[in-house]
Amino acid sequence: MSITPTSAQFKTNAHHALGDADLQSALAHVPTGFVANRASAIANLPEFDALRDSARDIKNHTLAHLDLYLEAYEEKVKAAGGHVHFARTSDEANAIVLEICKAHDAHIVTKGKSMISEEMGLNDVLAAHAITPVETDLGEYIIQLRHETPSHIIAPAAHLTKAQVEGDFRRAHVDLDRARNLEEPETLLAEARTILRQNFLKADVGITGANFLIAETGTSIIVTNEGNGDLTQTLPKVHIVLASIEKLVPTLEDAAQILRVLARSATGQDMSVYTTLSTGPRRADDPDGPEHYHVIILDNGRSSMLAGPFKDMLRCIRCGACMNHCPVYQAVGGHAYGWVYPGPMGAVLTPALIGLDQSADLPNASSFCGKCEEVCPVRIPLPKLMRLWRDRAFERHLMPWTQRAALGFWAFFARHPRLYRGATSMAIGMLGLFGRGKDNLNALPFLKAWTKSRDFPVPQGGTFQAQWAKRNAGPQIKAPKS
Amino acid sequence: MSDARTEIFSSIRRALGVTSTEAPRRAIVEDRLERAPKGIVPARGQGDPAARKEIFKTQALRAQTSLAEVASLDAVPAEVATYLRDNNLAARVRGGADPRLASMSWTETDFILEQAKEGSDLTSISIAFGGVAETGTLAFVAGKDNPTHLNFLPDHHIAVLQASDIVSDYERLLRKLRMVYGKGLMPRVLNFITGPSRSADIAHTLLLGAHGPRRLHIIIVNDV
Ligand code: SF4
Repeated sequence: MSITPTSAQFKTNAHHALGDADLQSALAHVPTGFVANRASAIANLPEFDALRDSARDIKNHTLAHLDLYLEAYEEKVKAAGGHVHFARTSDEANAIVLEICKAHDAHIVTKGKSMISEEMGLNDVLAAHAITPVETDLGEYIIQLRHETPSHIIAPAAHLTKAQVEGDFRRAHVDLDRARNLEEPETLLAEARTILRQNFLKADVGITGANFLIAETGTSIIVTNEGNGDLTQTLPKVHIVLASIEKLVPTLEDAAQILRVLARSATGQDMSVYTTLSTGPRRADDPDGPEHYHVIILDNGRSSMLAGPFKDMLRCIRCGACMNHCPVYQAVGGHAYGWVYPGPMGAVLTPALIGLDQSADLPNASSFCGKCEEVCPVRIPLPKLMRLWRDRAFERHLMPWTQRAALGFWAFFARHPRLYRGATSMAIGMLGLFGRGKDNLNALPFLKAWTKSRDFPVPQGGTFQAQWAKRNAGPQIKAPKS
Repeated sequence: MSDARTEIFSSIRRALGVTSTEAPRRAIVEDRLERAPKGIVPARGQGDPAARKEIFKTQALRAQTSLAEVASLDAVPAEVATYLRDNNLAARVRGGADPRLASMSWTETDFILEQAKEGSDLTSISIAFGGVAETGTLAFVAGKDNPTHLNFLPDHHIAVLQASDIVSDYERLLRKLRMVYGKGLMPRVLNFITGPSRSADIAHTLLLGAHGPRRLHIIIVNDV
């Protein structure tokens, strides 16, 4: 599970993805599942948009006072008998995990789903020190068997078909009857459940991520549907929480606000099945729970994002809605983005965390249709931030701008009809951008020769399709923003 | 690792252009932590106790739980026996030291007091700290009365919920929690559970019973 980034080759990756029949058949579920479910969940909650404002404001407030909330949080964890460790880099965080594992002579470590762990490349580090990491989220377990990275932040195996999973199970579970019937997804699930159950009971250390850390109480929160995170943190004698600095929220009430938009945006559930608030290790009359509770708080470049425009990205609650609704993600899946975080949120976050030189192609991995910003529960202006990165890449000559970003990219999309809608929105969006405040464009930056002698009308209000939808659906459907 | 801590804090403060000694910033943070202001509370969970119970039931059913109602705590064992019989399960449940469970007369079913963490049990029973009508969610607190792992290890989880413990929204449940544990203090674990365990990780097909219980059966005790 190496995480050498290939984000700089987005276009090449995307080409491969479009030709991958298994991937295309798996991805076909994204719009019918996630997108439709979200729409019906928010239709059932009139306060949804007000809650999004509330979630955005809570995150902004917390970020503006992050040092103080971190201090308050740390105090509370200590008071509850837990330990807080700070790590500047992935290497430091990995070293802390190793130290804790060694102190408890750990051989098997169960893991709940954690994107921070992916960012750290923790599994490779553990394996290199003779500690077996066992991913317990079903999707993570499947991709661990395949030595892959997640292709989606909440559905790590979103890129795979049932037949591929069956093949992986037959390859990995060699002790089981080779003639067994694995025709139904239920059978595959039952097999994984049985195998992982043994690991839950054997593990020495359980590692989870955190959706939120609460300053008021020193609590970490995980949100899951399977229950794997809970077994991971309840059964072993040590629980390690991996979190990044921006997971803080001030109070339980603040967490409740954001939880109301999280699951609805992610899977279209009103609440995920398990929302678990943990505070410190086992207490005097507890029959279960870890004897040791450690929280590792990773910075990895985030603190410097607090200055400047990319601060908005630190509001992200990792719901995945932006990728579910992204025509580019729907067409190429997550691996094309080349590192840990895919989709629009990845296109903005990855350059900040691993450097623009490693990922200059990513801010172009968008059709600029505006759908991501429209659905983001914490209202991150993703298209604007992608444009900012693109401008910076241009300034720093990290890409031959006219050819690759403009014409090259359009040509690429024009050859792939599934992207038609997104690509035309992108064209309109970009033309609108360059022509902002003018009615006619007389010098398109990348078509100078062509526009020299003719004016190009600035598109008014989105593509024909979008305008048509707007006209026919009344006021509730928004036209794509530029 | 104290170096890392110091550096992260100074990096945050540098980026924010603050020093940490500004009194107004501290006051804002302390005030928020103290007051814990509520934000937007959805209307849909609100109502009198009878209405709240109905909303809770509707939402819990949407999350694929099964439901039963009984008139009093005394009637719980009979409902448990019925559930076990209807589902062809052994007449055995495992539960914690909650005095309410202990005081029930378990004539038809073996009630086993949980001692160790058992992975092989089919059915567990626990009493919820409360229910949230808004989303049909149960809340459980850790401790010997209702051990946390009983919410997750068995195939069938039977949850007893007293109707008087159903609140309209999360904020009210948190208020109740603060009354019991004190401001700023928490039980070791608070589980919000909405329906049985599930996964859609195999080819986007939604299946129940991933790692946690395949079934969540709620027995509402009509004590109001
Ligand atoms: S950027 Fe917004 S929509 Fe995308 S994962 Fe983050 S919170 Fe969700």
